[in-house]
Amino acid sequence: MGEVIVITSGKGGVGKTTTTANLGTYIAMKGFKAVLIDTDIGLRNLDVIMGLENRIVYDIVDVVEGQCRLKQALIKDKRFEGLYLLPAAQTRDKTAVNPEQMQKVTEELKKEFDYVLIDCPAGIEQGFKNAIAGAEKALVVTTPEVSAVRDADRIIGLLEASEINNPMLVINRIKMDMVKRGDMMNIEDIMDILAIDLIGVIPDDENIVISTNKGEPIVTDDKSLASQAYRNLTARLLGEDVPLINLDTNKGFIDKLKNLFKMASNR
Amino acid sequence: MDLFKPFRNKNNSKNVAKERLQLLLVHERSDISPKFLELMKEEILNVISNYVDIDKEGLDVEITREKKDNDTYVPALRANIPIKKMKQKIR
Repeated sequence: MGEVIVITSGKGGVGKTTTTANLGTYIAMKGFKAVLIDTDIGLRNLDVIMGLENRIVYDIVDVVEGQCRLKQALIKDKRFEGLYLLPAAQTRDKTAVNPEQMQKVTEELKKEFDYVLIDCPAGIEQGFKNAIAGAEKALVVTTPEVSAVRDADRIIGLLEASEINNPMLVINRIKMDMVKRGDMMNIEDIMDILAIDLIGVIPDDENIVISTNKGEPIVTDDKSLASQAYRNLTARLLGEDVPLINLDTNKGFIDKLKNLFKMASNR
Repeated sequence: MDLFKPFRNKNNSKNVAKERLQLLLVHERSDISPKFLELMKEEILNVISNYVDIDKEGLDVEITREKKDNDTYVPALRANIPIKKMKQKIR
């Protein structure tokens, strides 16, 4: 029996979909079977992040309405064996699915897959209730901003009220140069406030935009820092003991000064 | 090592963000709305007015955080009630 994990946030635009895509892709790269469910009905996006947007025939609403079988709606990833996507409907709204139906879908998928990852829509309405209905574990994604952290706190409360205990925290889009200047909350600050276990920290990395443009999750490219961070996050979810990488690639003031002196003395 | 750390302004924006968040979340987690706080304030005022003359203008009631011995924070109701004079009759 597989595990059902919801990736949620509260505030929109903090990287839930990107996190879901990379998590799922790397799980598949590690040889497990994973299915990603987009529950953002009406505003689907996981398909484009995965580069599978041209292959959608049926979606999750077709499944719950009995227009097709669950297997027919699953889109197989073109690169990785064992990676599948169940897309959201584009022309319907959140009320097209209810929590009971969602739970049925995840129960079914659990039998086939090692990991069922649910990409939750932003907000706390029907879409959120649907997304968490069948979930056993939760990842809460936030960025180091006041509004995102506040909404993450609210989501943590709602998850616990729904008995999805011990959600894990993903801090996304951290800018180490700003942290250094004291102009962005650091990992400790956020953990102090939210008081849940940290599973990963993803640096702000322009390679994410490039990979999203191409429809290829960044974990497929092994050079960037964000890729390494996502790989480590995934490994931790799979139970491996991986330390946080040093995200601090920009040299500090002192290093820059030293370099300057070196350059001067080499002349 | 960061030689410049001690000279940094304590009020840099991340500290402001953290403090704002902590206070905000104390309110949100305890689920106390400003309206509820106002009701509570009225009630406290009524009770205390029976015993002392208070300066209603200077009254300040708020939910804040209090540090416990084990370095954790708990929400606390803090009331600052300036007393004009004691009511002699009742005493």
